[in-house]
Amino acid sequence: MRQSKATIMSVNHAQRVDLEVVADLIPPQSRVLDVGSGDGLLLELLQATKQVDGRGMELSQRGVNECVARGLSVIQGDADKDLKFYPDKGFDFVVLSQTLQATRNPKLVLDELLRIGNHAIVSFPNFGHWRVRLSLFVEGRMPVTKDLPYSWYDTPNIHFCTIRDFVNLCEELGATVEKATALDANGQKIGLSMPWWFWNFFGQQAVFLLRR
Amino acid sequence: MVALRTKRTNNEADEPSSPVLRFGADKPLKLDAGTLLSPFQIAYKTYGTLNDARSNAILVCHALTGDQHVASTNPVTGKPGWWEVLIGPGKIIDTSRFFVICSNVIGGCLGSTGPASTNPATGKPYGLDLPIITIRDMVRAQLMLVDHFGIEKLFSVLGGSMGGMQVLQWASSYPERVFSALPIATGARHSSQNIAFHEVGRQAVMADPDWHGGKYFEQGKRPEKGLAVARMAAHITYLSEAALHRKFGRNLQDREALTFGFDADFQIESYLRHQGMTFVDRFDANSYLYMTRAMDYFDLAADHGGRLADAFAGTKTRFCLVSFTSDWLFPTEESRSVVHALNAAGASVSFVEIETDRGHDAFLLDEPELFAAINGFIASAARARGLSA
Repeated sequence: MRQSKATIMSVNHAQRVDLEVVADLIPPQSRVLDVGSGDGLLLELLQATKQVDGRGMELSQRGVNECVARGLSVIQGDADKDLKFYPDKGFDFVVLSQTLQATRNPKLVLDELLRIGNHAIVSFPNFGHWRVRLSLFVEGRMPVTKDLPYSWYDTPNIHFCTIRDFVNLCEELGATVEKATALDANGQKIGLSMPWWFWNFFGQQAVFLLRR
Repeated sequence: MVALRTKRTNNEADEPSSPVLRFGADKPLKLDAGTLLSPFQIAYKTYGTLNDARSNAILVCHALTGDQHVASTNPVTGKPGWWEVLIGPGKIIDTSRFFVICSNVIGGCLGSTGPASTNPATGKPYGLDLPIITIRDMVRAQLMLVDHFGIEKLFSVLGGSMGGMQVLQWASSYPERVFSALPIATGARHSSQNIAFHEVGRQAVMADPDWHGGKYFEQGKRPEKGLAVARMAAHITYLSEAALHRKFGRNLQDREALTFGFDADFQIESYLRHQGMTFVDRFDANSYLYMTRAMDYFDLAADHGGRLADAFAGTKTRFCLVSFTSDWLFPTEESRSVVHALNAAGASVSFVEIETDRGHDAFLLDEPELFAAINGFIASAARARGLSA
């Protein structure tokens, strides 16, 4: 039991290398809504380093209660259902980090992010990464990796996409990509000069700054 | 014994054992019913010290049958204050740091003008001659008390149930006077089911022959049986089926077997009877009618063209709402609709739902998760307000 909890913690930590990339995109004193704020790590980072007016929405009640106990402004809510209550352009930045693939209707959610925020920042695991492709190609099995540790039947991640897929969706929604970053397996940024196919192959995670 | 109690209740209504602020003819209270209440008085308690900047004041709003004795011994029951688990020196709401104000609501029976108070026009208790009081009337009176202390902006307003309604009303009516708001186990309106339960309670009071059309003091009587039944019915709604079963099950009361009669065979019956009996010792029946009516009439969205978000338009107040999973009087959905309205208004809002089987009354109990949420919210609001720890 202890063992498995520790494993989950370290996996979560490994997934959060995108947080600093996200934080770098946000200027001080911005109004920020973090959708899927989890344990509140990003909000705390942003409040400490950027003095933002930060709000969070998180699905897990336990995560919410812990955030509020730590003084963060967080509500329990579902990205699929509850974004509609926010007014147009109510925030400078709306962040959706590592959550898009777990939503029921990613297209609608992304549309809502672009409506609510002057900018949207979306980070997600790239299903086009070579390890994922290898797993499917060689083993013929759904990939289970360090960053995506779930089996196909118990994963909360129901809508995976590749970096390419995501760029297509942005075009469909009329969103402008202001900035995009791909992170390799070590959390290092992949060089800007590299072509899309290279990012799509070697990027384990992607962080997009969008507006509409 | 009855006469003695009657006298005592009446005294507490006119000459409370807590401080009282009296407003003469020059300062009437404007009521939603369309009339002015004058003269009138507000009984209150304070704890702690108001700082020089007058920025550390917290207003606590009490629930249906609560009173101003939030953090000190109740003069009528001799029991600890109703929120002493939360408020006091070194507690979550630390009275060595904050100036805590709690007043008896208008329409109450412990020193603020209510149906048990003496009507100066007749020299007799108001009874039903008192106009209907609303949540907004209560808050208007509280504002006059806050003005009396010279407090420009309350650091926080908090309360549960009917107290939570007052918190929402404060935040809506006087957003610039409320830095942070903590409405707990409440809603922006009273549901049809809640009005139904209140109506049962009122009918029980009014069906008691000792009620005398509300003029029982003049007859030297009190509708104790009716009020006790009202309390018994209401008390069930403050708990949950799971909690009742956990505490009482089908256990028998001081007996080995069923008696085949209508005595209190079951522990739950005995418990409820006790709740009813002790309640009538401390509460005025007419005041119970007025309090329940005030809650029934509360509908914040209706006051803003049906759009709850408009009740909070442009608000700068920081909100934290709390609900409990087993509360069927004010279910989580009621809080959630307030949260959605606050989101739509662009407000800063936290919302915590706490898992417990203790029902609506959980807000008055020792609930560590509730305290953790209040603590985190108050601490971060205090930082934002520049209040030193």
